[in-house]
Amino acid sequence: MELKGFDKNIAIDQEEVLRPKMVTVEIAGKKYEVPEGITVIKALWYSGQEVIRGAGCLGGFCGACATYYRTKDDPKVRTCLACSTAVEDGMSFTMVPPFPARKATYQLSELKDPKQDLFNLYPEAPLCRNCNACTEACPQGIDVRDGVWKAVFGDFKGVSEMFMDCVMCGLCVPVCIADIAPNLVALYASRAQGAFFSEKPVRLHERIDEIAQGKYQSEWDRILDMDEQQLKGVCAAIK
Amino acid sequence: MQIQALQELVHKTRDARRKQTLPKFPANERDTLIKKYHPDSRENAYRPIKFGPNAGELTVRELAALLEGDSPVPADLDLTPNYSVDVLVVGGGGAGSAAALHAHAHGAKVLLATKLRLGDSNTVMAQGGIQIAITDEDSPVQHFLDTLKGGHMKNDHRLLKTMVEEGPSIAKWLLDLGVLFDRDPDGNLHVKKGGGSSKPRLLTCSDYTGLEIMRVLKDEVLNKKIQLLEFSAAVELLSDGEGTCTGAVLQDLDNKRFVVVVAKAVILATGGIGRLHIQGFPTSNHYGATGDALPMAYRIGAKLLQIDTFQYHPTGAVYPEQLIGALVTEGIRSEGGHLVNAKGERFVNELDTRDVVSSSIIRECEEGRGVRTVTGRIGVWLDTPLLDLEHGPGTLEKHFPAMVRQFKRYGLDITKDPVLIYPTLHYQNGGVQIDVNGESGVRHLFVAGEASGGLHGRNRLMGNSLLDLMVFGKRAGTTAAERAKAMKHGKLTLEHLARFRAEARKHSGALAVRSPMLFPDYVRKE
Repeated sequence: MELKGFDKNIAIDQEEVLRPKMVTVEIAGKKYEVPEGITVIKALWYSGQEVIRGAGCLGGFCGACATYYRTKDDPKVRTCLACSTAVEDGMSFTMVPPFPARKATYQLSELKDPKQDLFNLYPEAPLCRNCNACTEACPQGIDVRDGVWKAVFGDFKGVSEMFMDCVMCGLCVPVCIADIAPNLVALYASRAQGAFFSEKPVRLHERIDEIAQGKYQSEWDRILDMDEQQLKGVCAAIK
Repeated sequence: MQIQALQELVHKTRDARRKQTLPKFPANERDTLIKKYHPDSRENAYRPIKFGPNAGELTVRELAALLEGDSPVPADLDLTPNYSVDVLVVGGGGAGSAAALHAHAHGAKVLLATKLRLGDSNTVMAQGGIQIAITDEDSPVQHFLDTLKGGHMKNDHRLLKTMVEEGPSIAKWLLDLGVLFDRDPDGNLHVKKGGGSSKPRLLTCSDYTGLEIMRVLKDEVLNKKIQLLEFSAAVELLSDGEGTCTGAVLQDLDNKRFVVVVAKAVILATGGIGRLHIQGFPTSNHYGATGDALPMAYRIGAKLLQIDTFQYHPTGAVYPEQLIGALVTEGIRSEGGHLVNAKGERFVNELDTRDVVSSSIIRECEEGRGVRTVTGRIGVWLDTPLLDLEHGPGTLEKHFPAMVRQFKRYGLDITKDPVLIYPTLHYQNGGVQIDVNGESGVRHLFVAGEASGGLHGRNRLMGNSLLDLMVFGKRAGTTAAERAKAMKHGKLTLEHLARFRAEARKHSGALAVRSPMLFPDYVRKE
C-alpha cells in the first residue's frame, strides 16, 4: 500500500542518497546483495522478506529479533538483536525462532518464602554446570551464568541489578545444557526482590493517604473554579 | 567534513557553555516559534477529513487516508463467534496489559489480542520514567498545572485530574508487582526532573523504566493465565446495529483467517501512529505503531480529538545511519546535557517543553546552523560527555546504560563524544475521545493509552505517557469488567460498516487504502 506523502527513502535508509557500497550477506543460507552498514532487520526487508515474527520495537528493547550470525571466515557463531546490528560483507545470519522455554506460573501474593520457592518453580535452576554458554549467548553482555548462581544462592538483589538490561530475547535458553531458562529465573528473582525484599517507600504511602483524606481538596476547588484566563495566568507563572 | 572534525567545536566550547543559563521562552515568543517551525504548523501536511464523526476537521494526510480507508472485512463475513468473552483487550503494550490485569482481577473473562507479541510496544522503549507527584515540595495539583501548561491549556481537566490523583496508587501497584524503581538512600522513591515539569517527579528504573514495567506486566499476564492471542490483529469492530460495540473481528496474521470475538466490552489499546511516518519523519516508535484504533473506532462512530497534533521528540538520533529516528532519552537533557548548533552555541533552554525544543532545533537547521552528515541528514549536537563532567565520571554509564550500549554497538562512545540529533516522530497527542473511565462515544467501546485523546492537550510532558497507560488501562479494565457482570452479549452485525461504506462511496478518493494499516511497508519489491 502506498500512502501519499509517505517518503520511504526517508523512512528507511536513503539508498539513493547514500549510493552505498553493496555487500554480500547470506540470509538463512541464501546470498543477497545489500547496502553495507544497514541493520540486519533492514537487510531482511531489503532482500524482499516480510518480517512479522521477529520485528518488535526496532530499538533494542523488546528482544523480538534475536538472531544468530557469523562473520566472514570466523567459525564462531554469535548472537545479536537484528534491529541493532549492522551487516558487513560475508556475514551470514538467521533469525531465531521462538524457543519453547517453560515459564513457571506463580501467584506473587501466595509465595511464602520466595528464595526457597525458586526451587519448586524452577527445580532445574541449581543444576547449572558452569559451561558459561548462556553468558556467551547474551547480546546484552550480561554475566548470565553468574546471575543464575546468584539466584540459587538467594542474592536476588544482585540478580535484579544484573538483569535490569535483560530484553528477554531468550537467547540464553536454547544453549543451556541443564535446560534452565536463565532469563525467566532472573525475572522471577527480580520481581520477588521488588515485591518482598525492598523497603516500603514511606513518602509514597503518606501521599496516598493524603489524597484519600482530601488534603488537596481546597486547592483543587480553587484551581478548578478558575476561568480559562485565570488558569492561564497561574500556569504562565510556573517557573 | 568528517563528523569527528565537526564535533571538535563541541569539546572546545564546553567550558564556556557551562557558565551560561538560558531562560525559557516567554509565552508569546514560544507561540511564534512553534507556529513557524513546529511540524504541526505545516499547512500543506494537513487536509480536512471528508466524512464521518470528524468531517471537515483537519488532520495529517497520512491519517486522513486511513480514516477514510476501507476495512478488509467483507460485508458478508460469517459472524458466528470463535471466542466469547466478557472483555476483549486489543493491544499488548502497557495500556492493554494493565487493562487485562485489572479486568481479570475484577472477575471478567478476558481475551487479550495483539498483532505482535505480548509486550511488543512503545511502552517497552520508554526510557524517561513515569511522572508521579510524591515529594513534599510537590503535589498532584502541581502535576496537573505543569501538564496543563505543557499541553497549551488544551487538556481535558477531568481526565488530567484523574490521572495525577491516581498516580501514587499506581506506583504502589507497580511496586507490589515487583517493579524496581530507583530509590534514595532512605528507601523512598528517587525522583528526577523532566522537561516541562516544575518539580522533580519522574520515577525511574535507570533508563529502562518502560522495559522493567513491561517485563513485569507481561509476566503477570502470563501468571494470571489470561487468554492470549498473539499475531492476531483487530481489523474491525462489531456493533449491535444500534451504535453499541459488541465485539471485534481479528485477523490471524499467520493464516490470514478472520476470527470473530463476541465481547460485552472492547478495550482498544493499540498505541500510536509513528510508523505512518507523518510528513516523512523518521520515528522512535515500534514496528506496529500504525494507529489501528483510530480507523476502527472512527468507522463505528466514535469521535476523535486533537488529531491535528503530534509530538516530535526533540532528540532522535541522526547518526549513525542505523539509529535514525531512535530516541535519545530526554533524561540526558534533564541531567544537564546541552543542545549545541554547528557554531558551538546553545540556542534553547534544554528543559523547555518538547514542542518548543523541537521547534528550536528545526529553526537552527533551517537557518543554516545545523550539522550535515555524509548521508545528507541534518541535526544539532547533544553534548553527552558534559554529564560525566558535571556529575562525575561514570554518570552516563550508570544512569543511561541503554543509551551507552545503543551507540557502542556502532563504535560510538557517547561518554567521550556528543551525539547528533534531530526531532523524531514520537507521540500522537490526540486520539479517540474518552471519559474518565476510558469509554469512547460508542457504548461499551473503551480506549486506553496513546490511542485515546484529550488528556495531554496539544503536547505531552515527559513521563506522563506511562502514567496515562497505567491509570486509564486500569480504569477501562475495571469499568468494563464491572459492567460485564450485569449484562449479556449483544447482537453481532456489521451494519456500521455498511453505513460507513455507503457514506464513503459519496466521496471521491475514499476507501482507497486498506485500513487499519497494521504494519509499515518496508519490504523492497523490485
